[in-house]
Amino acid sequence: MSAAGGDDIAIRVRGLRNSFGSQVVHDGLDMDVRRGEIIGVVGGSGTGKSVLMRAILGLREPQGGHIEVLGVDALSPAGRDSGVIERNTGVLFQNGALFSSLTVAENVAVPLKEHYGQLPDDMIHDLSMLKIRMAGLGEDAGAKLPAQLSGGMRKRAALARALSLDPALLFLDEPTAGLDPIGAAAFDDLIKTLQRALGLTVFLITHDLDTLYTICDRVAVLADRRVLVNAPLAEVERFDHPWVQEYFHGPRGRAAQAAQAKEA
Amino acid sequence: MSERPSIEHSESHPGILVASGDWTLANATHLLALLREAPDSARDIDGRDISRLDSAGAMMLSRYAVKVGLGLATVEVQPEFQPLTGTVQAICENPPRTVRKDYGFQQMLGRMGYAVEDYTRETLALVGFLGLTLKTGLGVLLRPVRFRLTPTVHHMEQVGLDAVPLVVLLSFMVGAVIAFLGATVLRDFGAEIFVVELVGIAFLREFGVLLTAILLAGRTASAFTAQIGAMQSGEEVDAIRTLGLDPIELLVIPRLVALLVMLPLLTFLAMIAGIGGGLAVSMASLGFTAEMFITRLQETLSVTHFWVGLSKAPLFAMVIALIGCLEGFQVQGTAQSVGERTTSSVVQSISIVILLDAFAALFFMEMDW
Repeated sequence: MSAAGGDDIAIRVRGLRNSFGSQVVHDGLDMDVRRGEIIGVVGGSGTGKSVLMRAILGLREPQGGHIEVLGVDALSPAGRDSGVIERNTGVLFQNGALFSSLTVAENVAVPLKEHYGQLPDDMIHDLSMLKIRMAGLGEDAGAKLPAQLSGGMRKRAALARALSLDPALLFLDEPTAGLDPIGAAAFDDLIKTLQRALGLTVFLITHDLDTLYTICDRVAVLADRRVLVNAPLAEVERFDHPWVQEYFHGPRGRAAQAAQAKEA
Repeated sequence: MSERPSIEHSESHPGILVASGDWTLANATHLLALLREAPDSARDIDGRDISRLDSAGAMMLSRYAVKVGLGLATVEVQPEFQPLTGTVQAICENPPRTVRKDYGFQQMLGRMGYAVEDYTRETLALVGFLGLTLKTGLGVLLRPVRFRLTPTVHHMEQVGLDAVPLVVLLSFMVGAVIAFLGATVLRDFGAEIFVVELVGIAFLREFGVLLTAILLAGRTASAFTAQIGAMQSGEEVDAIRTLGLDPIELLVIPRLVALLVMLPLLTFLAMIAGIGGGLAVSMASLGFTAEMFITRLQETLSVTHFWVGLSKAPLFAMVIALIGCLEGFQVQGTAQSVGERTTSSVVQSISIVILLDAFAALFFMEMDW
């Protein structure tokens, strides 16, 4: 990795301010993501989880603050032009965002061709097939168009594309939304396995309590325009804030907790 | 920053290959060359000196290990990379069969077959859609409460009023060009005055309606397809159905009625503009006066020409509206599909309009109208 940054912080956000007109989404938001951890980002609808992700990825310019990704200043022109962030991050968008006119294998090959175009075609093909299989799809899925896949398979295909450059950082926007519980559990497992195998840092936006309990190392709660708490789950559960209490100790939270306790 | 990868015989233990450096995607080209040169037999591979390893590197290492008769499992790596080699090895054990696209003769035959089948299906679909629309239209006629006036007026503005400048300008230009052509040829016979009949007949019978229909096929059929296509891919059309509404009644009838009303009106404008273009050229380069031109027009042209031209307008309106809407309903979710369907709707409506016009010309000629 060309990113220096001697410490173990992969993403450092300081004093972030995002607003749409007079509506302020984030104000003075601070957040750290450590290398090699899976951080779950939760919050009610409209608390700006996706906005935070888009700001970190440089898809949206915040109204203020400082963002450092892998030791690179993400908001400075130099940091943005260097391409370091693009080459070291993979993103799984909520609806997959696969290019609908390309087959799955071609989708996965797009970043490879863009950044490593000098590689022979065979190699690119083999690498994309490797990623497709890592994401848990059969090799016959490679020749299919995204429209021919089921929702769960599309998510896996999008994950394969996100992994195609072997990124250090993986952003997942509600990866299990819209999957059936069995598919969602399998997807959680897959993320955990890949994270271990590839040593990924995962920034995971989710509403899924089961995902939080099974795979997240730490949980960041967004509320009141900032990160309320960013800590291991056990600590977050005890945090004294009405939304947090409602979220983790409501009927669904208790069910997920119980399921986790039974498994452990 | 990054160490160059290498693989070479160990000095102390002959027969053992030592791999070291960064085995990553960034070094992939180098690795490929390296492994092509590397010895093709070894007793063991030692990967403990590999400083960085990603899935691309692991895949190449695994392939090489298999090539020299070992497995990735026998290659020792740093403990932090073990989960990765484990994962990659499980996948690489039965190497992926490469699926190649075939661009040969058979493929061409196959595509021709698909194309023919497609055409057949589209023709059938168009006929079916015509029937469905007529049936729904009849239902609306019997119960006029169900007719939606507001969207109809909205579409009238979009397909009719907004197209006026374009239709008028282009017809004027074409009228001028025809007058020029006619003047050049007819001057040799001293019969410049026939330019009036030429432009008049051409625009009343054919060009007025044909130009308008072609312009609207490009402008409106594509818009209909894209509008309905976007709704189709957003499942809006399905929502309309589940709400107990009829998508044909809601989406097609207003568009069809709007075109049926506006296309004849635009045709009329196009006729006037085309004759105006002819008049302008006659005045500028043939020395006619406006009175001469108009008197001649009145004396020599029968009103039949006008009715013949105008009678085709509703037919063309029907074709354009039906094809535009039908293609929209056939969109299948993807952005590519919207593009394909839009192209198809414009191509189909323009070609069918010209085809029908040719048949109509034959018919009217035989009927001596």
